[in-house]
Amino acid sequence: MHIPDGYLSPSTCATFYALSAAGWYTSLRRLKRVFATRTIPMVSVFAAFSFIVMMFNVPLPGGTTGHALGVTVAAIVLGPAGSIWAVSIALAIQALLFGDGGITTLGANCFNMAIVGSLVAYGVYQLVATGSDVSSRRRVIAAAIAGYTSINVCALVTAIEFGIQPTFFHDAAGTPLYAPYPLRVAIPAMMIGHLTIAGLAEALVSAGMVSYLQRADINLLRGLGAAPIPTVSSASNAGAASARLWWAVGLLMLGTPLGILAAGTAWGEWSSRDLSARLQQQAASAPGKPANPSTVPVGLQRLASIWTAPFPSYAPPFVRSPLLGYFLSAMFAVGLLVLISLLGMAWGRRA
Amino acid sequence: MQDSYLEKTIRGLSKALSESLFSEQVARKSGLLQSLDPRVRLGGVLLLVVAVVACRRVEIVGASFVLATLLALRSRVCLTILIKHVWLVVLIFTGIIALPAVFITPGKSFIIMRPVPLSISASGLYSAAMLILRVETAATLTATLIFCTPWTHILKALRFLRMPAEIITILTMTHRYIFLLIETAKQMFESRQSRTVGVMPESERRKVVARTAGVLLSKSMELSNEVYLAMLSRGFRGEVRLLSDFRMAGRDYAALSAFIVTASMVVWIGR
Repeated sequence: MHIPDGYLSPSTCATFYALSAAGWYTSLRRLKRVFATRTIPMVSVFAAFSFIVMMFNVPLPGGTTGHALGVTVAAIVLGPAGSIWAVSIALAIQALLFGDGGITTLGANCFNMAIVGSLVAYGVYQLVATGSDVSSRRRVIAAAIAGYTSINVCALVTAIEFGIQPTFFHDAAGTPLYAPYPLRVAIPAMMIGHLTIAGLAEALVSAGMVSYLQRADINLLRGLGAAPIPTVSSASNAGAASARLWWAVGLLMLGTPLGILAAGTAWGEWSSRDLSARLQQQAASAPGKPANPSTVPVGLQRLASIWTAPFPSYAPPFVRSPLLGYFLSAMFAVGLLVLISLLGMAWGRRA
Repeated sequence: MQDSYLEKTIRGLSKALSESLFSEQVARKSGLLQSLDPRVRLGGVLLLVVAVVACRRVEIVGASFVLATLLALRSRVCLTILIKHVWLVVLIFTGIIALPAVFITPGKSFIIMRPVPLSISASGLYSAAMLILRVETAATLTATLIFCTPWTHILKALRFLRMPAEIITILTMTHRYIFLLIETAKQMFESRQSRTVGVMPESERRKVVARTAGVLLSKSMELSNEVYLAMLSRGFRGEVRLLSDFRMAGRDYAALSAFIVTASMVVWIGR
């Protein structure tokens, strides 16, 4: 997954350096807040540890061996901010001292493995392990799932970076200038190896290490750089989570007019009028092919007239502007869902 | 071989140690790059790598490859080392990746293989050649820089390129502890191997790797605490100061100008 120099265009490299710089800056600020003057020795030693774990050969089922990235355990022990720095420094040393991975592509490599890898590993681990005891079996399973998922998401992001190269960077004759394969080739080519060998290696090492640490040094699993996973949800935590949820819902509602940008109707979601027009168009373009009917089936037409939506096509009849109509539809739907949820909660409390 | 994973890991760890020692040896020789100020060395080679990546014409990338090889040879990097450690590794890795592009890149076919339904397109060949040559050139330049510059000089030169002092300190310390932890990991694997008799089940082998990594993690944590206490005892208060004792001479300015002119020409002619 270490991209060498020459596979990505200069503009792609610059973009990923910028994205990584944002990640490095944010995580360093958080690290300094948590570890203060301990940041430097902590990150240095863990970067050295990450570097060495990447060199371990992991025996896999079937007699083969693979390498783990070690990002999952780093994220579990140090938290995402510490892991981002530890893995980034390990990658920088690999590139600058051992020539493993490019210099122009260092930003992309750090983004893929250190930033995306740490965030996905930490997120998945938290999602699966929340509420469980630190010595429970669920933590081991969570580490395995987090390891497998994070490596595959890293591989997918890398494949997308490769896959967009021929689309955007080619000469006048259309010849690719950098990584030559489009997304439809790059994604399966990258994912086959990671869904099988690399993902498995990371899952096994992460699960094995968490299982070992549960018995030998459980304090490391309580999280040094992140807030420990709450075993009992307190009122303040529930309040904070609820506030974050409301912010997310609000942002999604503000983004609803984006749906208007999509042209046409989703395949298979046609109204009977859309379907009729489509079938007539097909019949006109291929008159010799009687395979499809040229009219809408009677049963479908009958069923379609049973229920008429109050806001057909997300456009309430009393609103002229499609943008406002779309937005009002979103607000109405969210309001309705909140009302149903509140009624459900009230009913649950009474029961 | 039932314990090949242990041997592979030990070999890998030993290789990392010996490669680092090898570059220290080349760095001590008197060659073209070694005679330049490390800031010019780092800045110049980085400029050339960026120029090669930005170049869009295969013949210019080819010319850059010749130039990079000359630079390596003039810096006393042995051709055998270059072929074995850089060119062949890149050719195998990138060659495997680039080979299918020769056949599947759309374009006018000029070689049609019969009876196999395969055809080589000019654009596919151009695309594969471009990728391999570009990666070879960039790898030759980077390897030459790494072979000819001690790690401490690279770090000081990075400081000159405005990298924050904290990051330089982290890189310095990481480099130091990598070798300590490599040695520790190597000893752990060797002792495990010396105590292994008979055939170990596959699941047990995986456990050995995970446990070794776990022990290394615990050791790293202890080491980090000890290093922190040692830093505190020497008066560390979170601020980092680095000494810079490099001096630019006329020869360095001339070399820097040559690097800038060459890189600009590669980008300009190869646009």
